[in-house]
Amino acid sequence: MSLIRIEHVTKRFGELTVLDDVSLSVNAGDIVAVIGRSGSGKSTMLRCINALEAIQGGRIVVGDTVVNDPATDLRKLRQQVGIVFQSYNLFPHLSVAQNIMLAPTVVKKVPQAEARRLAEEVLARVGLSEKIDTYPDKLSGGQQQRVAIARSLAMQPKLMLFDEITSALDPELIGEVLKVLESLAKQGMTMMLVTHEMGFARNVANRVVFMHKGKVWEEGPAKETLSRPRTQELESFLGSVLH
Amino acid sequence: MIREVNSLDLLYLIMAARWTLALTAMAFVGGGLLGMIVLLLRVVPLRPLRWLAMGWIQAIQGTPLLAQLFVFFFGFAIFGYRVSPWVAAGVAFSIYASAFFAEIWRGCVEAVPRQQWEASAALGLGFGQQLRYVIVPQAFRISIPPTVGFLVQLVKNTSLASVIGFVELTREGQITTGATFRPFLVYGIVALLYFLICFPLSQWSQHLERRLNVAHSH
Amino acid sequence: MIYTFSFRDVFAQFDTLLNGAVLTLQLSAITMVAGLVIGIVGALARSWGPLPVRLTAATYVEAIRNTPLLIQLFIVFFGLPGMGLRLDATPAAVAALSINLGAYATEIIRAGIQAIHKSQVEAGLALGLSRLQVFRYVVLFPALKVIYPALASQFILLMLATSVVSQISVPELFHTASVLQSRTFRDFEVYIVAAGMYLAMALIFRLAFALIHRWVFQR
Repeated sequence: MSLIRIEHVTKRFGELTVLDDVSLSVNAGDIVAVIGRSGSGKSTMLRCINALEAIQGGRIVVGDTVVNDPATDLRKLRQQVGIVFQSYNLFPHLSVAQNIMLAPTVVKKVPQAEARRLAEEVLARVGLSEKIDTYPDKLSGGQQQRVAIARSLAMQPKLMLFDEITSALDPELIGEVLKVLESLAKQGMTMMLVTHEMGFARNVANRVVFMHKGKVWEEGPAKETLSRPRTQELESFLGSVLH
Repeated sequence: MIREVNSLDLLYLIMAARWTLALTAMAFVGGGLLGMIVLLLRVVPLRPLRWLAMGWIQAIQGTPLLAQLFVFFFGFAIFGYRVSPWVAAGVAFSIYASAFFAEIWRGCVEAVPRQQWEASAALGLGFGQQLRYVIVPQAFRISIPPTVGFLVQLVKNTSLASVIGFVELTREGQITTGATFRPFLVYGIVALLYFLICFPLSQWSQHLERRLNVAHSH
Repeated sequence: MIYTFSFRDVFAQFDTLLNGAVLTLQLSAITMVAGLVIGIVGALARSWGPLPVRLTAATYVEAIRNTPLLIQLFIVFFGLPGMGLRLDATPAAVAALSINLGAYATEIIRAGIQAIHKSQVEAGLALGLSRLQVFRYVVLFPALKVIYPALASQFILLMLATSVVSQISVPELFHTASVLQSRTFRDFEVYIVAAGMYLAMALIFRLAFALIHRWVFQR
């Protein structure tokens, strides 16, 4: 049963075509790693899924909701699609607990006490229970990113998007974030990640999508596609990334 | 009859400084409220309203405060209203301040990083909720140093109210100079009094700005 | 009492107002140059000078920025004669305006100097340049580029602030308008026209500064 259907999507930024007739579908329980050079359209595709970017052609369907339909209630959609950004984007004026509790209390009208319990639960899932009342500026990059993941989890989304979430982190902090992603995957969350972490793609993801020049250039089962690339472009990309 | 500068003069000058502060406060409150309205008009999706706000800001920021004071001072009389210098000065300064507040605060809202809008939208918050819980609290924090900085400008600008006969610190200084013929001493004291009001505010504004920059860099 | 707006009397004397505007522009131009020079000296003093020099500059800046221009003007024009320095109205105005602008320019330029990364200065020193040479050849131009918008804004503010010198009877635009007002009793119209002329000058200044920016900084 497909949770996300991207059908013949085109997107342009002015004169530049960033997504060129892209089609893809993601099933419940899939862990999809999206890889490719910078400028290949990977992040843009992700951001189109929860309508942070608009598309000029084609259709994107999440569950039963057509994302690019002007009549769609985007707020409802975004409650079901969690997204974590490269620059974490925590709210600096709120504590960790308040960051996590904001959306559930304000959007879903969850009572404060229940929201607090929810915050404690998701923080435990990312391994940061003791930081619950700390402010973001006192946390390391890796910790902030994990809080960002917890914040998205608190809305209990059907699927989660990750836009290069380890790219801005110091190398020694990446591991703790990847561990969290792995445990999320084991718990059955449907995940789509734009990533450069090939080890993660090979070992945790079940599918890999290689994007090149705005198109889905190659896709398939993770281990197989990464060890036996069918196209020359993917082969040279892997060669440059894995040295 | 020329007399010496005495401690009574000093007292009168200090008392006159009260009116400087009172006029500043009026301008701050009036200008602040009006400024928020202008700011809202400046950003609404309706083009004529945006142009109205932009025109308002351009006209006020592009003309001397003295000219605005005189226009209001004589303008009220024309339309048949006899107003006290208080009202004329209060209205003129409020209108003057509103333009600057609108621009300062708009800049502060724009200074909140775009990703904060995205992150809150991605969590499902609506526009009003984004403003209320995420954007405005941050914009407010950012706005405190420049707002305090403009407050200092307001205090100094009240000296121009003396020209339309408003008796505040500068006017009192002119009166005292007229009686004692000791301009250097009297205006020196006046300058010192302004300094004692403005310098702490300026320092506070710089302190706030430093604290803000530290908090935001990680 | 019905008041009939009549701009005709005002426009009949338009060339008088224009003369006033010319003096406004002249005052502004001289002050801008003087203020810029004072600003560069002040910024250098505050950034790289020995302690007593830094303190003096800091005192100057804070004294000027925390007192009104009108009072500074009165001290120069009315107060200095008592100390033996008697100036005519226009030179007094230029002096007061320049000293005033100089303080603001000092701070703006100082911010620009600090914006130039230390490594640039170190590279210059490592090549054997003296501090002054480093300032002149490595720091000054990039710093000016950074601060150009703030400086341009300050200059426009200055042009508008020249209206204050009307209070010591310098015949610039605002004073001319006041004189006209007392002759024609067209109070409202006179000041509206004068305000309009200031607005026009401000817009022209903004345009001119934008063009200069393109010409100097984008080659």
